[in-house]
Amino acid sequence: MMQLEGVHHAYRQGGIFSRSRRHPVLQGATLSIGAGECVALLGPTGSGKSTLGRLVLGLERPDAGAITFDGAPLTDPRGRMAPETRRAIQAVFQDPQAATSPRFTGYEVVAEPLTVQGEASRDRVAALLAEVDLPAELLDRPAHRMSGGQLQRLCIARALATRPRLVVLDEAVNSLDLETQAKIMALLKRLRAQHGMAFLFVTHDLRLLRGFADRSYVMQDRRPVEVESPFGPGPLPPVLQALRDAILPEMPRPRLPARRAVG
Amino acid sequence: MKKYVIPAAAGLVALLLLAAAFAPWIAPYDPTLTELASRLQPPSAGHWLGTDHLGRDMLSRIIWGARASFGAVAMILVLVLTFGCSVGMVAGLAGGVVDAVLMRICDAFMTVPTLVLALFMIGALGTGITNVVVAIALSHWAWYARLVRGVTLSLRQRDHIAAARIAGLSRLAIARRHLLPALAGPLAVLASLDLGHWLLHVAGLSFLGLGLAPPAAEWGIMINDARPFFRSAPLLVLLPGAAILLTVLGCNLLGDALRDRLDPGMPDHLH
Repeated sequence: MMQLEGVHHAYRQGGIFSRSRRHPVLQGATLSIGAGECVALLGPTGSGKSTLGRLVLGLERPDAGAITFDGAPLTDPRGRMAPETRRAIQAVFQDPQAATSPRFTGYEVVAEPLTVQGEASRDRVAALLAEVDLPAELLDRPAHRMSGGQLQRLCIARALATRPRLVVLDEAVNSLDLETQAKIMALLKRLRAQHGMAFLFVTHDLRLLRGFADRSYVMQDRRPVEVESPFGPGPLPPVLQALRDAILPEMPRPRLPARRAVG
Repeated sequence: MKKYVIPAAAGLVALLLLAAAFAPWIAPYDPTLTELASRLQPPSAGHWLGTDHLGRDMLSRIIWGARASFGAVAMILVLVLTFGCSVGMVAGLAGGVVDAVLMRICDAFMTVPTLVLALFMIGALGTGITNVVVAIALSHWAWYARLVRGVTLSLRQRDHIAAARIAGLSRLAIARRHLLPALAGPLAVLASLDLGHWLLHVAGLSFLGLGLAPPAAEWGIMINDARPFFRSAPLLVLLPGAAILLTVLGCNLLGDALRDRLDPGMPDHLH
């Protein structure tokens, strides 16, 4: 469904009049997402995984390479997306506070994708809230007066509003506490079972993948590398090994043999 | 102290705005009606603030003066906000070369002193309030453009703008729904602090005979008209002077209060 072929992307540093240097973020990135598939994209911060997410969402255009959706280019030469494609690819971001305008009410946040085609109605938005287990009274509450977990559910409802076929989850649970994290993960799992949409699950936290992702990529040297089983034995890309080592043990244990204090 | 100053300033500005809006109904006399028989009269029951050297009622002229001043300032405000917001948003949203070019144009306009530009325009195009208004607007819009661009740039990186783009909103809709509400506060602060300056400029240029022309009732013109009679009838100079002073003071205090209210992060001793 979604196909990235040899995508290059770089950010420019420096001003218009100074010598600008281009800082490469992605080089020859290739990745594919099938219909209804949950694809995980792992990588430490700064590895370009969020940039890849933004490219998939059409928020940015690649410097080179091709991004196709259903076999057709994702954007036209001017960077615009066809309305159906726009509605088919939605996103949930890491920080729900930043991803919602503090001036909006719950209704306005969720209804935003629907207003474009004049389909917004309170009934429809209330049904979306029910789908993410939010009470209907949040419709009229200002976004800045909701908790992080409520806001993230609201963002998920917004992403569901257009019945998308692919949802990019950009570190979507990483700013939440562990308990909320588990609940949101369960919600995402349930929604995918219900609607059969595909996920691109971008994260740095390897633990979240277990039982969630169908396939996994890890960012290595500015390109995603597919790994068969990120938890299994066998050779792993060094970045994945580092991510695995970064997982905290369930019980703390001393790293070094204890040394007796002298004197 | 602050508790009384802000309501007083707000009341003063509100009073002046009302006077300006309803001048034709409030003013007891026609501000240009000359009555040479009763010239240079002290305040009395018939003329609460006396009459000027042509027997015109001072109270009516002060009230109509408020209308002239606020009218000019309102026009400047509309011009500055429209121009500043559009240029600032385009620069902030487009970025790159467009942003750089627009900001260098802003830099150029920021170097132009209001008075020099006004005198130049009046010299080239003739006297008149329109030229004064355009000159003041031209020398001030760049600050607004920069402010709008700054807020736009800081907001552009926020995810709710990205979410709006993913929702399929057009650039115009994003600007209206996500940018303008965030800009209202900072713009209100900047504008209310500038109102006083603009009032002074309008009055000053009219005093020099470059803005509104006599016999129009305008505070700057009134002061200029009254200069020869300053010794015999000081009120003729003092009254419009006091009107200017109070209006500018009221606007500035209100701007300060607004900034305090909308920028609560600043510690009190810096206010």
